[in-house]
Amino acid sequence: MAELVKTMKNEVAWDVQKIRADFPILRTEMHGKPLVFLDSAASSQKPQVVIDALSNYYATQHANVHRGVYELSAAATDKFEEARSTVQRFINAEHDHEVVFVRGTTEAINLVAHSFGRKYLQPGDEVMITAMEHHSNIVPWQLVCQMYGAKLVVIPINEAGEINLETVKELMNDRTKLISIVHISNALGTINPIRDIVDMAHQADIPVLADGAQATAHGKVDVRDLDVDFLAFSGHKMFGPTGIGILYGKEKWLEELPPYQGGGEMIRKVTFEETTYNELPFKFEAGTPNIAGSIGLKAAIDYLDNISVEGMQSHEEKLLESATTQLLEIPGVKIIGTAEEKASLVSFVVEGIHPYDIGTLLDHQGIAVRTGHHCAEPLMDIFGITGTIRASFALYNTLEEIDKLVAGVQKAVKMLS
Amino acid sequence: MSIDEIQNEIVDEFAFFDDWTEKYEYIIDLGKNLPLIDEQYKDEDHLIRGCQSKVWLHAERQDQQVHFTADSDAMITRGIIAMLIRVLNDQPASDIASSDLFFIEKIGLRDHLSQTRSNGLTNMIKQMKMYGLAIEASK
Ligand SMILES: Cc1ncc(COP(=O)(O)O)c(C=O)c1O
Repeated sequence: MAELVKTMKNEVAWDVQKIRADFPILRTEMHGKPLVFLDSAASSQKPQVVIDALSNYYATQHANVHRGVYELSAAATDKFEEARSTVQRFINAEHDHEVVFVRGTTEAINLVAHSFGRKYLQPGDEVMITAMEHHSNIVPWQLVCQMYGAKLVVIPINEAGEINLETVKELMNDRTKLISIVHISNALGTINPIRDIVDMAHQADIPVLADGAQATAHGKVDVRDLDVDFLAFSGHKMFGPTGIGILYGKEKWLEELPPYQGGGEMIRKVTFEETTYNELPFKFEAGTPNIAGSIGLKAAIDYLDNISVEGMQSHEEKLLESATTQLLEIPGVKIIGTAEEKASLVSFVVEGIHPYDIGTLLDHQGIAVRTGHHCAEPLMDIFGITGTIRASFALYNTLEEIDKLVAGVQKAVKMLS
Repeated sequence: MSIDEIQNEIVDEFAFFDDWTEKYEYIIDLGKNLPLIDEQYKDEDHLIRGCQSKVWLHAERQDQQVHFTADSDAMITRGIIAMLIRVLNDQPASDIASSDLFFIEKIGLRDHLSQTRSNGLTNMIKQMKMYGLAIEASK
């Protein structure tokens, strides 16, 4: 009986209106119409608890960390380090010093690219990425590959927007020094088989970085399950503040890598001749960190801890299914990214119509979507398009909003034809 | 008609629209009827790149005036281009260079010219004025 109640509860457990009530911005309007926010993949909205944590911190707790002798500074330091432990628990890292606070996914990847490159990349070495990467997982590697004469190898994708594990295996060789791969594609929605890639890579002692920017807001990301060597993600895409993000790195790697930026906080002893570096994670945290951001991120994680991951995922699946089915009923619509394993976003084009035009006409109906190349120009080239319209869903979106999107696209298409 | 007279005329036309749908239907119509740019000018040299949409602009000097043709890959951008051309086309170079394009704000399209939209229009206007300036300077 208890079991039955539980399963029934799981199916109906998602009270989306209750969730929406936590996000004040969802009660606002755009062009005089209730806001339909379908751009969470670019940046998610913030629950009141995160907003409160930020303002409470600035109103009552702010001081610089790791250096004051007074109570306020010690308390701020405690809060900052508590946030680190919260992140450690959230991703199930073994140690809290494996969690480095950075500005976001972009900075995390740049950090690894530069520090790893400096220590390990030699002329002729290879770094592997996929064809579906965000620019932030392409350009940093291009930069360091140029610096050290290494080569960027790109894992191709099929028409659905999936990579093939056999191909990855074929492309791996003894010059491969690192594989950096997106966990969930922001432009296609594809969920990549990170664990399988990691297993293959580790057999050849190749470390793997996962770009988790799109993953952490939609389900459990467990670094020990995935066994990734590095994980990069951004607070602002998981209901936290902007300007804070995480680089997770396995202790053995972070110990090996040289510092990225120099400055205060990251040193042990400085003379003009020589500097010795602080221990982990401070070696990678030069300068005053984003203390408020870390506290806001902790509040976002606490928020996520209190909701049912299964409930959220089954809700997001319903949104995806409804959007996919209904959009495909509109003549001329083609969905870009049809992977078997797909996250809750739809990237699409309408034959003969520019995404900008659809985006503009949706905007006037109060519907926020993203149009353009989604910072993945090489990927757009592969599909032979210049951009798509992307509607991305989060735990607070409703089926009624999907209906509004579909009606909005229908109206736009009619106006433009 | 002078640049400002045409601008006022456009503002008056837009006053008739009751809602955004009518307004955009009109802009889309203008876009569809934009006189075509000569295909040979739709090349890299004439391209003004925006992150969202592309714009091609060609200018031809006719004595002290400038004749513009342009195109875009997005229809709403084309519609706005049609209006810009209507305002600035075949005007004296010096007037183009010093023009204040107030009609855009008055008809509620300022959004489309913000940098964030990045549809090429802002740079297109800059480019049109530059042509005016260059011709004026070469007098
Ligand atoms: C897959 C992916 N990687 C990286 C990034 C970059 O994240 P940020 O701009 O927060 O550094 C994004 C953001 O759009 C993304 O979607």
